[in-house]
Amino acid sequence: MTSHRYAVNVTPKPGILDPQGRAVEGSLGHLGIEGVSAVRVGRRVELTVDASDQVAARAVVERLAAELLSNPLIESYEVELLGEASSTVGAVAGMVGEA
Amino acid sequence: MPVRIGVVVFPGSNCDRDTLHALDLAGAEPVALWHEQATLDGVAAVVLPGGFAYGDYLRAGVIARFSPIMRAVAGFAAADGLVLGICNGFQVLAEAGLVPGALLRNASLRFSGREVAIAPERLDTAFTHALDSHRPLRMPVAHGEGRYYADDDTLDALERDGQVLFRYVDRVGAPAGPGDPDNPNGSLRAIAGVLNRAGNVAGLMPHPERAAEAILGSDDGLGIIRSLVESAGRAVGAGTTVGARSR
Repeated sequence: MTSHRYAVNVTPKPGILDPQGRAVEGSLGHLGIEGVSAVRVGRRVELTVDASDQVAARAVVERLAAELLSNPLIESYEVELLGEASSTVGAVAGMVGEA
Repeated sequence: MPVRIGVVVFPGSNCDRDTLHALDLAGAEPVALWHEQATLDGVAAVVLPGGFAYGDYLRAGVIARFSPIMRAVAGFAAADGLVLGICNGFQVLAEAGLVPGALLRNASLRFSGREVAIAPERLDTAFTHALDSHRPLRMPVAHGEGRYYADDDTLDALERDGQVLFRYVDRVGAPAGPGDPDNPNGSLRAIAGVLNRAGNVAGLMPHPERAAEAILGSDDGLGIIRSLVESAGRAVGAGTTVGARSR
């Protein structure tokens, strides 16, 4: 059994109106920032999976991402492996991307 | 004997009492059903009420969708049982795939709590047959995620197949499109409520139970509740409710 740390990045699909992205974009002028466009606001979920190997762990994350963390009608997702450890103990703290 | 209609109570539901009361007004015997139940106690119809089930975390309705009772609700719906989702209940039905489309963050990014006017597209459904006309109905909306979305092909199919149940309308009764102030959330094609293809599952964002008696400022919503109660009564009379069949 190994622990695998993943991130699931969920973003609104192209063509879906993203009022949050639009609001962020609208605020850029107040910061004096120019040349930024097409802002899309999504969601990032990080999680640890205990599984026999990385293939099994990834299958769990894919299912979770497709069924719960994203709505396929309106969002797409990308699964990102952050790191792994041989035991659950101390796994999270020692992982890549866990500052 | 009054027909028994269940109202599912999720942690965070806050319109369950109003819905139970409105069902009582419409002549039903309302029954509260806890979300951890695995069965529907033989009710003749189910209402998923408004609120903020599970705090609306992640996406409104998605965590409630995986409650134990939702498996029973899905089975009930698949066997032609009548299911109505109001506001958060509509979001749960959409996340569960029991009605088409999705409810996105309001285009304004603001919570919209106010009275709107909606017009029924059809008067021959289980949820609208007690309405006397296509006259607009006044009732409140109260939501932050109510912008109805489906892709263009789906929207065309919904219109073609008579699955648009209610639309937001303006002062003269014309559909209020996404940019119209009479559309409270930017819903595409002014859609306020939809039906599943079989016509036994419906969801709408406005709150008919909050407009079910004159003292509330409008009783326009009672016709929707009464339609459901009468349809459920007919299903029981015909011995076609899922509960009756499974006994």
